[in-house]
Amino acid sequence: MLTFISKRILEAIPTLLVLITVSFFLMHSAPGSPFSGERTLPPEVLANINAKYHLDEPVINQFFYYLGGLLQGDLGPSFRYKDFTINELIAQSFPVSAEIGIWSFLVALTIGVGCGVIAALRQNSWIDYSVMGFANLGIVLPNFVLAPLCILVFSIYNQLLPPGGWNGGAWPYLVMPVIAMSTSYIAQIARITRGSMIETMHSNFIRTARAKGLPKHRIIFQHALRPAMLPVISYLGPAFVGIITGSVIVDVYFGTGGIGQHFINGALNRDYSMVMGVTILVGTLTILFNAIVDVLYALIDPKIRY
Amino acid sequence: MITNKDKVQAVEQFAQAVVDIEGRSLWQDARRRFFSNHAAVVSLVILGLITAIALIGPFFSQWQYDDIDWEALSDISVLGHPSMENGHYFGTDTLGRDIFVRTMQGGQISLLVGILGSLVAIVIGTLYGATSGYIGGRVDSVMMRFLEILNSFPFMFFVIILMTLFGRQIFLIFVAIGAISWLDMARIVRGQTLSLKNKEYIEAAYACGVSTPKIILRHIVPNVLGIVVVYATLLVPNMILLESFISFLGLGVQEPMTSWGALISEGAQNMEIAIWQLAWPLGFLVVTLFCFNFLGDGLRDALDPKDR
Repeated sequence: MLTFISKRILEAIPTLLVLITVSFFLMHSAPGSPFSGERTLPPEVLANINAKYHLDEPVINQFFYYLGGLLQGDLGPSFRYKDFTINELIAQSFPVSAEIGIWSFLVALTIGVGCGVIAALRQNSWIDYSVMGFANLGIVLPNFVLAPLCILVFSIYNQLLPPGGWNGGAWPYLVMPVIAMSTSYIAQIARITRGSMIETMHSNFIRTARAKGLPKHRIIFQHALRPAMLPVISYLGPAFVGIITGSVIVDVYFGTGGIGQHFINGALNRDYSMVMGVTILVGTLTILFNAIVDVLYALIDPKIRY
Repeated sequence: MITNKDKVQAVEQFAQAVVDIEGRSLWQDARRRFFSNHAAVVSLVILGLITAIALIGPFFSQWQYDDIDWEALSDISVLGHPSMENGHYFGTDTLGRDIFVRTMQGGQISLLVGILGSLVAIVIGTLYGATSGYIGGRVDSVMMRFLEILNSFPFMFFVIILMTLFGRQIFLIFVAIGAISWLDMARIVRGQTLSLKNKEYIEAAYACGVSTPKIILRHIVPNVLGIVVVYATLLVPNMILLESFISFLGLGVQEPMTSWGALISEGAQNMEIAIWQLAWPLGFLVVTLFCFNFLGDGLRDALDPKDR
């Protein structure tokens, strides 16, 4: 197990390196520069600024400067927000995204698995039909549609919740972002759980457990749930990535001030180091999470050996 | 006993009857199963209607998608309201442009992106998966390793970078969206190929000296096509969603052209004064996605050999 985990971590390094290289050269091959604004700077000033950020040197040199800084955990200065480093900006905005993300993830997992299990146990009842109906609806309603609908219902028609802002993460400000983010994942997870739970409940070892006269709750929680969770766990990787991507939408809509906003603004303003910083952060998280999912998979399914 | 006359006759009759029964091919079977699935058939009809409306609809309106109705512009929340008299069947947006025509035009773009994006994903994914699965060995493990690396990339962010850097070209959207969606397709095709490659006809082709690329193209690819079609149908709604997501961020199609995602994004900004601006494109998007999902499920039940 330990060798497997360390192998996964070692594998992540070349992947990250490729990610950094590709996004760096992509970003720098674009026309325009962070300082080619509408107000042209005097040439001397521009030369000074370019020298400060190493923009006057060949791209390959810039790449190694960047890589060197990265090794020391320094993501560089922001080209757009003067006086701020990317580290500071990310440290400021990432907790917001993380909080929304974690809540959405937990909500999606608990409600999704719960609904799926109940639907599977009461197959072809009205509960089953309503869960599946909701699941179909949740899949076709993307987060950028749900967000305005939430605002319309909860903030404009009924003044129940604040339409945006963050306010240090007070719960009224969290509700709508979490609804917008988690609904489609609740739907997907419920669908997957229902399918695999039905399959598991029809398998031989469940029949044996029934024949032994075990009470129903023990059959479900001790025997059925574990194997039924495997397809759900393999869905968690993509779901996590989707939730991170979805944070872009949430930031745009609710003005929560997470990393998504910085990413979009950074890309539009040619803020190289901001885009790079967010991409590296998200890439690292994605790789890390995929590794965690693999380890979880191995822990739950004793058939898998590494 | 065996020569009992009645029984011989019965057997003969039975044999006659068997000859009369026509054999059903795999595709006939699949078609029959598909058409007995009402949700899928209805979805297919609705999708056909939506496509037809998106293509023909603009001809039935006196407005163009970039025309501005200066009269309605003076008071959108009243004059821009959907009505038959002034020709704005679905109302106007805050710039006085006709929502009906724009929804139709947006539908053309969204459907085009969905279908072409899936095509890109299918072509790359099928060829990659079939090659990897058929050649096997070290090539296979290298190709799969590469796939795994790509899989841990935050691709959505790459698409956003691409769109901001190289401008909002519709062609780029197809390529970018298709290029990030072929990974699953490649994995599915590879799995199918692995089970196909030991079949006798492949062996026969190999024994006849057919070259590897030809075996892959002529013998493997046609035989995985069934499953590819199923996943492609499920891919189309994802493509439409991805495009809408990008358009929503303001990075998709170039104004004054539009797509459902862009319309929804504009509509969401004005939903307090002009709810129809959000409702129409949203309705079309949701119905289309619904139909594609049902259609995909129906096709999977009809074609997927696993579920038989």
